[in-house]
Amino acid sequence: MEGFLINVLNGLSWGMLLFLISMGLTTVFGVMGVLNFAHGSLFMLGAYISMQLTRWISSFWLGLIFAPIIVAILAIIIERFLLRPVYGRDVSFQLLLTFGVMLFLDDGVRLIWGPAHHLVNPPDVLSGVFPIFDQTYPVYRLFLIAMGPAIGIILWAFFSYSRYGKIIRAAAMDREMAEIIGVRAPILFTAVFAFGAWLAGLGGALAAPHQSVGPAIGEHIIIESFIVVVIGGMGSFPGAFVGALILGLLGSFGATMAPNFQMALPYILLAIVLLTRPRGIFGEES
Amino acid sequence: MTETPLLEIKNLHKNFGKFQALKGVSLTVPNGRLTALIGPNGAGKTTFYNVVSGRYKPSSGHVYFCGEDVSGTATHKLVGMGLLRSFQITNIFPDLTVLENVLTPVIIHNGKSFSMLRSLKRRSDFKEQAEKILDMVGLAPFSNKVASTLAYGDKRLIEIAIVLARKPKLILLDEPTAGMNPEETDRIINLIKELAAKSGATFFITEHDMKVVFSIAERIFVLNQGTPLAEGTPDEIRSNQAVREAYLGGSLDAKGV
Amino acid sequence: MVGLFSKNFFVGFLVLILMALAPFFVTTHWVIILTEIIIMSLFAMSFNLLFGYTGLLSFGQAGFFGVGAYVSALTLTHLSSSFWVCLPVGIVGAMLFALVIGWFCVRLDEIYFAILTLGFGMMLFTLAHNWLSVTGGSDGLTIASMPVLSIFGHKIELFNPKFFYWVSLTVVSLGIIFLRQIVKSPFGLLLTATRENSQRVSFVGQNVRTVRLVAFTIAGSLAGMAGVLFALFNRIASPEMLHWSFSGKAVLMTILGGSSVFLGPAVGTAVFFVLEHFITSYTTNWMIFLGAILVILVLAFPQGVLGTLATFFSKLNGGRNSD
Repeated sequence: MEGFLINVLNGLSWGMLLFLISMGLTTVFGVMGVLNFAHGSLFMLGAYISMQLTRWISSFWLGLIFAPIIVAILAIIIERFLLRPVYGRDVSFQLLLTFGVMLFLDDGVRLIWGPAHHLVNPPDVLSGVFPIFDQTYPVYRLFLIAMGPAIGIILWAFFSYSRYGKIIRAAAMDREMAEIIGVRAPILFTAVFAFGAWLAGLGGALAAPHQSVGPAIGEHIIIESFIVVVIGGMGSFPGAFVGALILGLLGSFGATMAPNFQMALPYILLAIVLLTRPRGIFGEES
Repeated sequence: MTETPLLEIKNLHKNFGKFQALKGVSLTVPNGRLTALIGPNGAGKTTFYNVVSGRYKPSSGHVYFCGEDVSGTATHKLVGMGLLRSFQITNIFPDLTVLENVLTPVIIHNGKSFSMLRSLKRRSDFKEQAEKILDMVGLAPFSNKVASTLAYGDKRLIEIAIVLARKPKLILLDEPTAGMNPEETDRIINLIKELAAKSGATFFITEHDMKVVFSIAERIFVLNQGTPLAEGTPDEIRSNQAVREAYLGGSLDAKGV
Repeated sequence: MVGLFSKNFFVGFLVLILMALAPFFVTTHWVIILTEIIIMSLFAMSFNLLFGYTGLLSFGQAGFFGVGAYVSALTLTHLSSSFWVCLPVGIVGAMLFALVIGWFCVRLDEIYFAILTLGFGMMLFTLAHNWLSVTGGSDGLTIASMPVLSIFGHKIELFNPKFFYWVSLTVVSLGIIFLRQIVKSPFGLLLTATRENSQRVSFVGQNVRTVRLVAFTIAGSLAGMAGVLFALFNRIASPEMLHWSFSGKAVLMTILGGSSVFLGPAVGTAVFFVLEHFITSYTTNWMIFLGAILVILVLAFPQGVLGTLATFFSKLNGGRNSD
């Protein structure tokens, strides 16, 4: 029973991080039609920058606020100067371009911060453990589990009630329609890309105390978030949430129940979903 | 028993969610004629073609081709039986040469899709077959040009050449003159007439230009809102009151027919 | 047309002769680098049969490369020490895996195909990584002794880098000639037609999935062929050879050279390794350069090195289409 609960909590905390990343990935894909390989690297940058800010100004919270903003600014530069020229081109070239950006950023952090993994302490309020039955559980993970739905609700409110949110949602569902109703695509694209990067940066900043910060964390999470986005349905927000939860739980239960298969489980799930529902669980069949 | 009709449609339905695009279409296309399918915008003409050519599966009803029930049969199998189609939007291989555009169906027609050990250059028989078809549609001078560099009207001819290369029994042409200037329209009409007379294939075309329809079709079906409205010779259709009403009170006259 | 063909044939023959003579003029160090280049060229070219010719972006090509590597390593350990057994068994192993996995993958296209191939590739990676008793887990399978290769009773010392280079060159050349034959055949035109407009292909009566599956299986087999050589070259079959980032390498090398030219991926591979060699002698941060190069290529030279050159020369020749 305790083992079960611990698995659920672990699955949820990882799932929430995945959700933040996948939300950005799926929004960018839905609106812009670009599957962004460098999205995981933006997550990684969020983790590194928040770590650096925390070192300089010794405030986790300021790091949490400013790191995603810095990542978003960088994303605006990437979108404006690198992505914009390839919008009209073949999908594989967009994929390759973001792949190049990923290689650049992943090695860039290695150049700046070295190849070693860094440990980041959670802020005092969130450090320590919480007793669960006769075991203990890190408070920070519980914080993550709480943050997921909190951010989810804010996003939901943003997409349902604000003008900009509605425009983005409409555009994610139907790009042509958005252009017809007069949304100016270039600004929309920049805004959406920056927004996705901001979410990735936020995920990274939140992940920093949860796991060690190293140059490979982006590469690791991007594949999992691809899977989340694909099984949820590309461009679908509920899909990203459900997909992230499934993958998070699959990871934690897989690790204890089938350690030998755990690594393969997300891929098996991916294959099953793609072959039975090619456009994902929440995707519209074309 | 009379001769088996080439294409026979019985009570065909196609729904997209709650929207009924085809509501019980039945019709028979006889062998060796030039038949046309007309109807106002949104009548379901293209959906009808998509179901008949195997692109969509019918929701209910049957499609018989040469007497065989082919409802829901995969496209490539229908093509193998001799049912070919063109599209409203030009559908060719843009980066291949005109010759290669036609060589592709020639290879498939000869059952050599998976021939890998012989060079294509040494198959002069394929090249001859392809060139013969290009001659027929008048594209022979462009044979080594990349398809995308041709004029719009010529690109549409490439598609007809591609279709002919499979030696079809029935050709569905979806709006063959769409987007063409009057000169190109005349050229393609003459070509269709000529092919219908000489190639042995039956033509079944949709067309928005009534002038074209009434000048070439021997038999006309009218579709309106997913249901058959009328069928008959051009003269019968012209004088049919229901058809006139469907086309907004006499726009048939307005089009100078 | 025939003249062009024979000119290409002549140039190809000349390059092959030069490649064969290379070990007499360069140091052993460079012989080893050349060996890696030609093996990886075959890998990249197998990938490009799918990408450049059929229009399918596979991120799982390393899976079949790895199957070739592991199957040949297993063959050498358990079955036979002959090169004549280990090479074909490795190829057939990769072919079978490609056939089964391809049967699923060709149902999808575009991004979905890319993601699904990535998924299957990573399943193979996991298999290699975790099936400790058979594959040796993360340590991989070491090839303790090189296979025996005898031709007409002559034993060829594969331990000798020069001999291994010549053997690799022979095998890779055969693979490339086979690929050349395919893209020039009727089937090759069908592949290009499928890339251009798969809908049109099925509307002239060819099942597109079958075309793609055959291409996928051939590409997988040739990747496996390269994998066998690569395992022997490194004396080990290890899980990284199946990882998606290794597939990414094939993608990179192809784009670098140019996917629209037959030998583009091979030129890309050579450029890749030579660049890597020089850059890593100054800095360990080779990936940052590679990333920047890739970005610049996609933005400014999407046709790749060879593709750009080919276009340039064909313009010089008065716009005649280069082959």
